[in-house]
Amino acid sequence: MLWDTIFLALREIKRNVMRSFLTILGIVIGVASVITMVTLGGGATVQVTNQIASLGSNLLMVTPGKRMGPGQSSAGAPFRAKDVEAIARDIRSVAAVAPASAKPVVAIVGNENWSTTVTGTDNQYMKVRMWPIKAGRQFSDSELRAGAAVCIVGDTVRQKLFGGLEPLGSRIRLGKLSFQVIGLLEAKGQSSMGTDQDDLVLLPLRTFQRRISGNQDVSLIQVSVRDGESTEKAQRDIERLMREHRHISPGAEDDFSVMDMKEITRMLTGTTQVLTGLLGAVAAVSLLVGGIGIMNIMLVSVTERTREIGTRLAIGALEREVLMQFLVEAVVLSSSGGLFGILLGLVACIGLKNFLQVPFVFNPGIVVIAFLFSAGVGVVFGYFPALKAARLDPIEALRHE
Amino acid sequence: MTDSGQTDKRPLIKLRGVTKVYGAGHAATHALRGVDLDIGDGDLVAVMGPSGSGKSTCLNILGCLDTPTTGTYMFKGVEVGRLDRDQRARLRRHYLGFVFQGYNLLNRTSAIENVELPLVYRGVPAKTRRALARRALDAVGLKGREKHAPNELSGGEQQRVAIARAIVTGPAVLMADEPTGNLDTARSHEIMELLAALNRQQGITIVMVTHEPDMAAYAKRIVHFLDGLVESDKRNGSQT
Repeated sequence: MLWDTIFLALREIKRNVMRSFLTILGIVIGVASVITMVTLGGGATVQVTNQIASLGSNLLMVTPGKRMGPGQSSAGAPFRAKDVEAIARDIRSVAAVAPASAKPVVAIVGNENWSTTVTGTDNQYMKVRMWPIKAGRQFSDSELRAGAAVCIVGDTVRQKLFGGLEPLGSRIRLGKLSFQVIGLLEAKGQSSMGTDQDDLVLLPLRTFQRRISGNQDVSLIQVSVRDGESTEKAQRDIERLMREHRHISPGAEDDFSVMDMKEITRMLTGTTQVLTGLLGAVAAVSLLVGGIGIMNIMLVSVTERTREIGTRLAIGALEREVLMQFLVEAVVLSSSGGLFGILLGLVACIGLKNFLQVPFVFNPGIVVIAFLFSAGVGVVFGYFPALKAARLDPIEALRHE
Repeated sequence: MTDSGQTDKRPLIKLRGVTKVYGAGHAATHALRGVDLDIGDGDLVAVMGPSGSGKSTCLNILGCLDTPTTGTYMFKGVEVGRLDRDQRARLRRHYLGFVFQGYNLLNRTSAIENVELPLVYRGVPAKTRRALARRALDAVGLKGREKHAPNELSGGEQQRVAIARAIVTGPAVLMADEPTGNLDTARSHEIMELLAALNRQQGITIVMVTHEPDMAAYAKRIVHFLDGLVESDKRNGSQT
C-alpha cells in the first residue's frame, strides 16, 4: 500500500515536471547551502587542526598577557631572555625553549626589496618548530653571544630577493643595517591562518634586540615538551616559574598565559565554527521558505484534483488514506529536493575546495540530517493541504467544476 | 403492469421516513420529505423525476455518501445513519460501486489502472488486482483497450471503463447517477444494454438515476420522485 502511494506520488510529480522542479527549487538551494557551508566549514576546521597538529602536540606557547577568549587578551609585561634561560634550566620536562620577538621590516638586496617579518631568536627555534635548515648552517654560539650581523632566511624571502642567485654568503639589508645570510630554511607553505610561513628572516635574539627593536623584550616563548612527559605538568611548572619570576603575589591573576595546542586549536577553530553555525542557520531559514513553496503548490494541487479526490472517497478511500496520499506526495517532493540539494552541495564543495584552498571533508552526518530535515519539511508543510484534501465532502468534491 | 413497491426477495435496502434538510431556519431546503423505499437483491431500479425532486439526494443517501436528517436507512440490516465517515467509506468500499455522469476517471492513467483503483483501497495484491481488472474490462467489452488513457477513448468507452471500475469488486449494489447523460442515443442504449446484462447475468443490483424514459425502460422497476416524495413506484411490464 505504501509502495503504491509512493509510486502514485512519483507519477503525479512526473506529470508536472516543470512545476515540481520549481516547487522544490527552494529546498534544493536550502539543502545545497547547508551542505556546502557545513562541509567547507568542517574542511577549514580539519585543516586548522591538522596544521596545528603538524607543529607537534607537545608544543607550548608562553605569551605575555592573559587570554580572555578568542582574539582577546589583557596586557602584560614582555618576557626577558633570562626567563627563557630559566625555563630551559629549571624545568626538566622541557626539550627545547625558543624565544621570539618579531618586527616587520623591508629587506633589500640590490634593486629588489620585499616587506617581511624579522624574528629574533636562537637555534632552538628550528628545533621547537621542527624546521630544518636546507642549506648553510645555524647560528654559532659566538654569533648568538655577540649579537653578530648574520641571518637565516625563509624560502619566500630567498625567492623574492635572490631569485636564481646564490644567497649564502650574500648580504641583505634590513632597515639601516646589513646582515650576512648564513642559512636557508626548508619551505613550509601556508599556515592555518592562511599566512605564508616562509616569509621571514631569523636573527640571533641579541642582534634583534640591539639593532632592530632597541629593547630587551621577548614577546613569545615557544616550548617543546620532551616525548613521554605530560604537557599539562610542564604547563603548570612553567606557570609556577613565571609567576615567581614576574613577582605575582599568591591569589593574583597571571599576567601571561601558557597555551597548549589543544587550547590554540580551540581558539582558532572557534571562529570557524561560529561562522559555520551562522551560515547554517541562514540556510535553514531558506529551507523553511522552500517548505512554504511546497505547501502552496500542494494546495493548488488539491484544488485541481478535487474531482479525483471525490472519486477516491466515493469508491471507499478512508480519510487517512487520502491524507497519506497527499502527505507522501509532499514528502516525496521535498525529499527529492533534499536529494538534489545534497548532490548540488557536494558538487559545489568539490568545485570550491580548490578556489578556497580548503580540503573536502565528506560529512555523512550532515548529509543524513539534511535529507531527514527536507523530508520533515514535506511532512510539516504538506500536512495542512493533505488534511484539506482528506476532509473534503465527497458529494461536493464530485460536483466540483 | 403490477403495482409492487415490495419485492418477494429480502430487502437489501430499506428506507423508512427518510428526510433530508439542507440549511436551517427560513433558508432550509427540504430535499426529501419522508421517503419509504425497499430495494431487493438483484433488482434494477430507475429513479426518475424532474430536477429538484430529490432523486439525486436520495441516490447520495443510498450510496452512503450522505446520511438522512431523520428517518432510517438500513443497508443489509445496518443502520447507515449511525455510521461515522470512515465506517461509511468502508461500507462503500466493500458493497457499493459508483458510475457517474461525467465518468470521473483519473486522467493520464490507463484504463486498467482506473479499474484497479477500488482494489488498491481493498488492499488486494498487485497481481490479483491486474487479473480482476482485466476480467472486468472483458466483461464490459473493452478487451485490448487496457493500456489506453481515458482521453484516448470515446465517451461510451470511458463509461464502460467506469462501469468496469464499479463492478471489479463484485459489489452488492451499483449506484449510477445519470450514466448516459453525456452520451448520444446509440451509445446510451449500448451502456443500458450493458448494465441490464450485468444485472441479468451477474445479479448485480443496480440503482440508476435518469431523466430519459428510453433509458428507464431498461429497468425492472421505475420509481418517480416529485417534491421530495416517491410519487409512483411501478414494476416495468416489459421486463417482467
